[in-house]
Amino acid sequence: MATNMPAAPSALRRFMASELAHNWLRSASAIAGSIIILGFVVMVTAGPYLTAQNPYDVRQLDIMEAFKPPMWLEGGTGQYILGTDQQGRDVWASIVYGSRISLFIGLAAMLGSALIGATLGLVAGFYGGRLDTVIMRIADIQLSFPSVLIALVLMSAFGTGVDKVLIALVSVGWVVYARTVRGATLREKSREYVQAARVSGLPNHKIILKHVLPNVLTPLIVIATIQVGTFILIEASLSFLGVGVPITQPSLGLLIKNGFDVLFSGLWWISVFPGLFIMLVVFGINLLGDFLRDELNPRLK
Amino acid sequence: MFGYLIKRFIQMIFVLWIVSVLVFVMMSFTGDPTYMMVPLDATDEQIEQARRILGLDQSHLVQYWRFLTNLLQGDFGRSFVFRQPALQLIMERLPATLEIVFLAMIMALVVAIPLGVYAGAYPQRAGSRALMAGSLVGISLPGFWLGMVLIFIFAVKLQMFPSSGRGPTEVIWGMRLSFLSWEGFRHLILPAVTLSIGTLAILMRIIRAEMMEVLRQDYIKFARAKGAANRFVLFKHGLKNALIPLITVFGLMLGDLIAFATLTETIFAWPGIGKLLVDSIYRGDRPVIVVYLMFVAFLFVVVNFLVDVAYALIDPRIKVT
Repeated sequence: MATNMPAAPSALRRFMASELAHNWLRSASAIAGSIIILGFVVMVTAGPYLTAQNPYDVRQLDIMEAFKPPMWLEGGTGQYILGTDQQGRDVWASIVYGSRISLFIGLAAMLGSALIGATLGLVAGFYGGRLDTVIMRIADIQLSFPSVLIALVLMSAFGTGVDKVLIALVSVGWVVYARTVRGATLREKSREYVQAARVSGLPNHKIILKHVLPNVLTPLIVIATIQVGTFILIEASLSFLGVGVPITQPSLGLLIKNGFDVLFSGLWWISVFPGLFIMLVVFGINLLGDFLRDELNPRLK
Repeated sequence: MFGYLIKRFIQMIFVLWIVSVLVFVMMSFTGDPTYMMVPLDATDEQIEQARRILGLDQSHLVQYWRFLTNLLQGDFGRSFVFRQPALQLIMERLPATLEIVFLAMIMALVVAIPLGVYAGAYPQRAGSRALMAGSLVGISLPGFWLGMVLIFIFAVKLQMFPSSGRGPTEVIWGMRLSFLSWEGFRHLILPAVTLSIGTLAILMRIIRAEMMEVLRQDYIKFARAKGAANRFVLFKHGLKNALIPLITVFGLMLGDLIAFATLTETIFAWPGIGKLLVDSIYRGDRPVIVVYLMFVAFLFVVVNFLVDVAYALIDPRIKVT
């Protein structure tokens, strides 16, 4: 849209001057959420530089180093801050590498859901008719079932794999976007600017993309933010049950599963730390999501 | 109202039919169950025969028709693993699941209502802010992980509660229930607490939001002006009206609890339908997965129907058409 505005100040400067940025800098929870997310993104991108060991390079593993507790406990060493697992794998390194997979799945599934859901919502809302009825009926039926359950059953049919997890998550995730966008589209459709565009002879797809879409995007930002967190949790649940990511690409959820097997022998750190990380990052996402919802949803103001 | 009931009833049937189609399609993609049935050293002829018995040599349409007519006659097939009717397996394990689901729901309500009322009545207080942050943590943590942490603290370290299994049960109305004996109840506590946390956190946030909305109304101001005691205003006038919208989330809550019970039951080796589903997925026990899905779909559809009817009855402003 910036191209439509001649002589516009830089996007960053415009953002910093906005009310949203103003409130953001004054909300402790929004800042906390942003810092957590930023830290997580840095950790994920800088991954290999943060760890001495690549936990998936078998040559770097030493079985003699297995079952080391975190460094502050007796028997722990500074080499393995959070201890090691059954195969001598550094728990911290596993978390760094596992976070990459968890975050990638959360983000990619969110983008896929948003794209498919928003498209269906725009089409359903703009054209109405039978197509609208069919899409919304499917959405209604799907919403009466919990997402985790649908994803679990889909994965039981698909088998394990990152791509399959993505398909399962998009299958459950598109609905919220479709519903929200359809509602907003119905509202915008009757506005004067859309009528004007119609009268001026613009083809439908251009009206949808250039006029309706930009005006229905705001509520999507909130949904998308929170959904990344939800997806990370669902993916963890699936992987924990053994129907998520394969053992060669362990996410945080699969790390918890690995640790569960040895929990009863008192080796808690293998499963507790990956869970703490999931909690921390989803908490950060939810903090920011809550803030955005309060800011961007004028109904609640 | 009567017309509305009929309409909703037809919708229910329609939804269940769609679910049956989806379940059938999905199961057709999960591989050939023939190999579950025949011995490893079976000849090609025996495999062919097994396929004929299972009806897999027919077209998908014929197979679906058989599947549907069997469902309607209450024949849900036999478990490949247990060699008994799949529906019977589900029914045997259902009380165990209902037990933790209901206990979790009660725990969530008992804790969430007073906390939600407090946070809604005094949103600016530090206590309310702490509660909101706490509930956000409750939403953000993986429930199954919390269960593991509880097992480690209370079962492995402190040895206060058993770590897994169901413990002794007593039979009442043909159902095996645990909560009737102290030993059985001890087995129930950790799974129920694990299951309740997510629901508790969400409920508290909903009640808080509803309370804040209700307390802004004129009749609350009037009640305060008339000099009614604070406790009376909050709970009699406030909470009563704040709870009505809660009925609509009951269906969702129940659905989530049953869904998350699959994880909780897996962790605590709790012999309910959730663990049965997960085990059946591992074993490729197709008939049991089908019955589980159809049963849960039926349950959700009926509960949502009842919720809608109850809501229409309680709040006359809702127009039922």
